Amino acid sequence: MDIQTMILTLQKHWSDHGCILMQAYDTEKGAGTMSPMTLLRSLGPEPWNVAYVEPSRRPADGRYGENPNRLYQHHQFQVIMKPSPDNIQEIYLESLKALGIDPKQHDIRFVEDNWENPTLGAAGLGWEVWLDGMEITQFTYFQQIGGLEAKPVSAEITYGIERLASYIQDKENVFDLEWTNGVTVGDIFSQPEYEHSVYTFEESDEQMLFGLFNTYEKEAEKLMEKDLVFPAYDYVLKCSHTFNLLDAKGVISVTERTGYIGRVRKLARKIAKTYVEKREELGFPMLDKEESSHE
Amino acid sequence: MNKQALFEIGLEELPARFIDDAEKQLKTKTAEWLGKNRLPSEQITVFSTPRRLAVLIGGLPDKQPDIEEKAKGPAKHIALTEDGEWSKAAIGFTKGQGKSVEDIYFESIKGTEYAHVDKYIEGVSTETILQEFKELILSLTFPKNMRWGDRTLKYVRPIRWLVALFEEKVIPFEIEGVQTGAVTKGHRFLGEDITLHHPGAYEESLETQYVIADRNKRMEDINQQLVHLQETKGWEIHEDKELLKEVTDLVEFPTVFSGSFDEEFLKVPEEALITSMKEHQRYFPVHQGASLLPYFVGVRNGDEQYLDNVARGNEKVLRARLSDAQFFYEEDQKISIESRLAKLKTIVYQEDLGTLADKVLRVEEITSLLSDKLSVSSEDKAHAGRAAHISKFDLVTQMVDEFTNLQGMMGEKYAEIFGESKEVAVAMREQYMPKQAGSASPETTVGAILSVADKLDTIVGTIAIGNLPSGSQDPYGLRRQALGILQIFGDHNWKTDLTELLDEIIDHYKRKGLGTVPEEQLKKDVHEFFDARAAYLMKKENVESDIVDAVLASGVGFYPITKQKAHLLSEKRNDSDFREVHESFGRVLNMAEKADSSAVDPSLFDKEEEMNLYHVHKDMMTEFESSLNASQVEKALDTLTLLAAPIHGFFDNIMVMTEDNKVRENRLALLNNIAETLYMFADFRAVQWKQHN
Repeated sequence: MDIQTMILTLQKHWSDHGCILMQAYDTEKGAGTMSPMTLLRSLGPEPWNVAYVEPSRRPADGRYGENPNRLYQHHQFQVIMKPSPDNIQEIYLESLKALGIDPKQHDIRFVEDNWENPTLGAAGLGWEVWLDGMEITQFTYFQQIGGLEAKPVSAEITYGIERLASYIQDKENVFDLEWTNGVTVGDIFSQPEYEHSVYTFEESDEQMLFGLFNTYEKEAEKLMEKDLVFPAYDYVLKCSHTFNLLDAKGVISVTERTGYIGRVRKLARKIAKTYVEKREELGFPMLDKEESSHE
Repeated sequence: MNKQALFEIGLEELPARFIDDAEKQLKTKTAEWLGKNRLPSEQITVFSTPRRLAVLIGGLPDKQPDIEEKAKGPAKHIALTEDGEWSKAAIGFTKGQGKSVEDIYFESIKGTEYAHVDKYIEGVSTETILQEFKELILSLTFPKNMRWGDRTLKYVRPIRWLVALFEEKVIPFEIEGVQTGAVTKGHRFLGEDITLHHPGAYEESLETQYVIADRNKRMEDINQQLVHLQETKGWEIHEDKELLKEVTDLVEFPTVFSGSFDEEFLKVPEEALITSMKEHQRYFPVHQGASLLPYFVGVRNGDEQYLDNVARGNEKVLRARLSDAQFFYEEDQKISIESRLAKLKTIVYQEDLGTLADKVLRVEEITSLLSDKLSVSSEDKAHAGRAAHISKFDLVTQMVDEFTNLQGMMGEKYAEIFGESKEVAVAMREQYMPKQAGSASPETTVGAILSVADKLDTIVGTIAIGNLPSGSQDPYGLRRQALGILQIFGDHNWKTDLTELLDEIIDHYKRKGLGTVPEEQLKKDVHEFFDARAAYLMKKENVESDIVDAVLASGVGFYPITKQKAHLLSEKRNDSDFREVHESFGRVLNMAEKADSSAVDPSLFDKEEEMNLYHVHKDMMTEFESSLNASQVEKALDTLTLLAAPIHGFFDNIMVMTEDNKVRENRLALLNNIAETLYMFADFRAVQWKQHN
């Protein structure tokens, strides 16, 4: 099964289980969790069921397109179900069957892995799902987001698309994976992988990036004074990506690191709190959709 | 009296590391709960898999035993009115006990008569009591709990089903929307739901649905499969209890499989391969004699069907991991040690203590100081200096970045590859020894010096910036490191005064302007910190605390000698001959506290006994000191013992506190001199005389 079909299959599966299909969010980010469709929407009492593909940038993992397992940018298939349904594990296992993975022919396990993102004041408990020893999915019950208690609890399911595909297609090298009809990941991503690695490790302008971080941070703060939650959050995402670029370049010392993370966290907390307040002012409009979203 | 009850908590996958304790809790809490509820039982059996915790209780009665109880009421003069009628108090008492006034009889307690009734309590049915088992389920505690859905309960993982049976009957209760029933679940993929008709059928029924609920049985099963595999393949799979436990708690139906990897990977340091296999994938590495073979053994949660498929998948995962390791290993060899060292300047070691490069510089300084104090050979000193200089280069290699537990180990490999001397390379690894209390010390002198220098810098530096460990707070593991230092001093029999060394290091740090804690305070903190560790170690060797206090009175000093003194004094205090000696020393030490100086003028002596004491002391000094320096502790004490008779002679015949100022001061000064000598051994006053006869 090629990657395109995998994505279509997962979209169909989760759509059938009541998820809104969203598109990737248009700001650079390190993980699908950071999309406002997850991070903000999993806050507050409103039900929320969503699925989307998220291209995720991890500058430090860039390897000039030479390493068969590591990428500057990989793809996640992200699912959020709030509140987490009682049969969420079963729904997930069904999705694997839809991808042609028969659990009886493999060894599928839920191995404890607790997730924490201090930058976003977020934490959850759950597992990494192993398929014959390979971690293919991160499965998390959110407990805290933006420093606030997650109530009700969202289940977050994050498939590593390339990982899963390398298993399904039995390929050793991520660049050999078939995206669709004879077009490989390499065809599409080799050049950007190389160029982004060159940029990240060699060409990026540190002074400019430090400047950008401060500018983005100021803008986010300014926007928060006006309670403009979504635009402010976009600037937090920009801060986060800028920080990742600086970190990958190795110009942030351990001490400074804590400082920068603290600054982003402070903003994220404020945004989380204000988001819930704004939704409350609106009367939590999604609350009355609860019935319709469950079939 | 032979009824059975079964409770099963069905959960989403429990963290493997919690299961051992959860099982134990379930067992002890069930026993307590039955006791509290007056339910006798014969057997409590617990079960656990990643998806369930269960307890089977055997030998239960139908109901609690009936009991008769004597209830005490008001005193007779209150129970009866002046007219001899029953008072309101008496009536109230009997009502409260479900009895009437006719049942009252009086019994005397400490001379006062009280109303009593005999109360017969009929036992409640077991079935009714078992409904309260819910409270036990909720009383289990776990290191980490969570919420799920729109539920409020915090529990280890979401509860998905509950079985509660007493004989063939379901005991009804509900937890977070989950109602108890008789249906349990088989293996997630191979099994089906089972309706249990009786608690006793639990284990067998589950086994038909691919769940081995008995944890020990599962562990034994894996063990036997491992043994079988070793025999058929001619492999050695080293016993690893922790890993065995973990894999047992990750599966409901274990099947062992094996796979292989490319021999090419064996060029990567074995430790990295083993870490990949064990820590990341939970595989057992395979050996033959001392060498690692290109095979691994895993445990699948399932049966033998498609086992080859599973093995192939696992091989693929391991191959990716090992390629990573190989890639890092090869890449690391392209960057010289010197350019690694430059990188250390950009990494903060600790706020207020500078970068890793700053730390390395301090370690080099301490290494040089320590080498001089130990008078090591010029070769060793040179090696130790070089080792200190490059000691942290491997921390910025990709390999250590990926496998942090390989710090030091990779340092050794890369140092060899880059042509460092054997001594320097070995020290890279040995600097982190002993890894924990009691494990091996560095074998080489160079390694030992580097290890001590590195730890001294960490300890003094961390305390200097105000992070003295307190209570359970020791985030940097300073206690373990201090114990490591003392262990190395002991194992290498180093005759260097640690107390003095610490002072010199602190002086040096203060000259550099390091840390916020004022110098005097810092010295006090550091000395007390080491004294406490030395005391801990000696007490572990069964030295009693008064003797520990005695030998630590002037600090840790020459630690190996300090320890020998402690053991010697522990023996001596059982020796009746020593009592006189001990008393004489105490007299000197007490009186010497009154002295202002230790300048003795022999011309002022007018009694034979003081002249005698003065000479005996003077004559024994050389031998005493040389014995101590040669760590001949017993000989040193024997020499010291020569002073006992002259001391007694002195005190028996001389008034120290005489009117004549000069004579008095001179005598006190003499005693002060002797006291200083005694202190070189111990504060004898702290030793309690414990002899029994």
